[in-house]
Amino acid sequence: MDQNEKRMRILKAIEHDAKVDLKELSVRLDIPETEIVNEMSLMEQEGLICGYLTLIDWDRTDSQTVTALIEVRCTPQRGQGFDTIAERIYKYPEVNSVYLISGGFDLLVTLEGKTLKEISTFVRDKLSVQESILSCATHFILQKYKDHGTILSRKFEDERMPITL
Amino acid sequence: MRDFISDRVKTLQPSGIRRFFDIVSEMKDAISLGVGEPDFDTPWHIRDEGIYSLEKGKTFYTSNSGLLELRKEIAGYLDRKQGLQYDPRNETLITVGGSEAIDLACRAILNSGDEVIIPQPSYVSYEPCTIMAGGKSVILSLKEENEFRLQPEELEEHISEKTKLLILPYPNNPTGAIMEREDLLKVAEVVKKHDLFVLSDEIYSELSYREPHVSIASLPGMKERTILINGFSKAYAMTGWRLGYACGPAEIIKQMTKLHQYCIMCAPTTSQYAAIEALKHGDRDVEEMRSAYNERRRFLMNEFEEMGLSCFEPYGAFYVFPRIKEFGMTSEDFCQTLLNEEKVAVVPGTAFGESGEGFVRISYAYSIKNLKTALSRIKAFLKRRERH
Repeated sequence: MDQNEKRMRILKAIEHDAKVDLKELSVRLDIPETEIVNEMSLMEQEGLICGYLTLIDWDRTDSQTVTALIEVRCTPQRGQGFDTIAERIYKYPEVNSVYLISGGFDLLVTLEGKTLKEISTFVRDKLSVQESILSCATHFILQKYKDHGTILSRKFEDERMPITL
Repeated sequence: MRDFISDRVKTLQPSGIRRFFDIVSEMKDAISLGVGEPDFDTPWHIRDEGIYSLEKGKTFYTSNSGLLELRKEIAGYLDRKQGLQYDPRNETLITVGGSEAIDLACRAILNSGDEVIIPQPSYVSYEPCTIMAGGKSVILSLKEENEFRLQPEELEEHISEKTKLLILPYPNNPTGAIMEREDLLKVAEVVKKHDLFVLSDEIYSELSYREPHVSIASLPGMKERTILINGFSKAYAMTGWRLGYACGPAEIIKQMTKLHQYCIMCAPTTSQYAAIEALKHGDRDVEEMRSAYNERRRFLMNEFEEMGLSCFEPYGAFYVFPRIKEFGMTSEDFCQTLLNEEKVAVVPGTAFGESGEGFVRISYAYSIKNLKTALSRIKAFLKRRERH
């Protein structure tokens, strides 16, 4: 197993379970624990690992907030492309993600866990007034079925029956 | 009224596993490590092809041998994996699971009184199939010291002039043992010397964790004396689809097909369409499942070591077969007591033959989370026991 393969194995394992016990992971992956700790901190430094998040099904909490996906069409700038306008958008702390998209629009901006009012204020006062932005189309998420590869609100039941084998 | 039950059927023993799990299913909060089927769902693209075939109205019988397209895919798969060339037209038969193929092969090969060498511990159906085909089973007890691999000397010892067939169940249920190329070469020599035929049950072939599985049929001079049995249940998590296959010499496949057409007609059509998709685009799924099983296997072996439960390292299937002799109980007592005290179900080794005495089968077709809970209970159970 070369270093690259080791890294891939570690990343694959922690992608879906950041809380995994490293001693246990060491046994499962056949990589010494010290090496896992080492590689992880190296990958943190190198920016391969950007953080450890928690996957939350907010719909099951009392939170009254919503998630918005905003399609943004804008004019790229000479020598900068979309970088400057993207930066102007992602610097707002209320923005969760900004992607450059191919197709009918340019940037996809998401705002999570906000009230309707917060989102409309943001779109009206901050986003649409940007000079190079041509138009914004705001969509609200009605229900999340699957997020980060995980099917939400599904209870696991073992349906295997007793059988002779 | 007369006794209408056949004498031959009466001699068959009901399976020990089934009885045990009927108790388990009644018990609340019991954790089972007993199930011998994958915990994964059939990959969605495979299920989707099955559904699509129904939408298109593919609801008729297929030919007796199965869809030619599927047989071609199987031939391609065996060539790709084992370098084996079978003719999809007359050397391949699609069956209802590997189990049907075992039964057909026994009935196609055996005459009354022919002896069949069955290495044990092994899957529970070889002996009944032999008996129902009129054959005589000769049990060969595999040894832990050989990691439950079949030794050529052991085989020699069990051969008589009536021996016709050798069952070769690797990767093995329940021990997790494998046979590597060198092991197979030695066995193949004995088989050829005594002019025997081999039924190679390779249903767990994709679950081999050290080296890719080697089929005995791929060794020199063995293809013409081997019936290779495999299926989709274990590799693609398709147990409920009931689909397997047999590949072998045309004359044997022809006779098996005859039996198959009279008692089964053909394997389920929907399953066959799904299986084509599995063989065409399922390599990645197999790889992912194998790697998940392997992680669990390593995890279990490490936990056993920490709790002082001795177990040879198995490299195949999804079972471990730890030794419980030093706790002074029979396998059956051990499992019963473990179930009563800690509500964890494992299968007594004796369910797979007398040589399984002193061992239990633990399946790792369970999530790591499940395994953890079960293992902490087993650990507590063992702590209270005296070692002899």
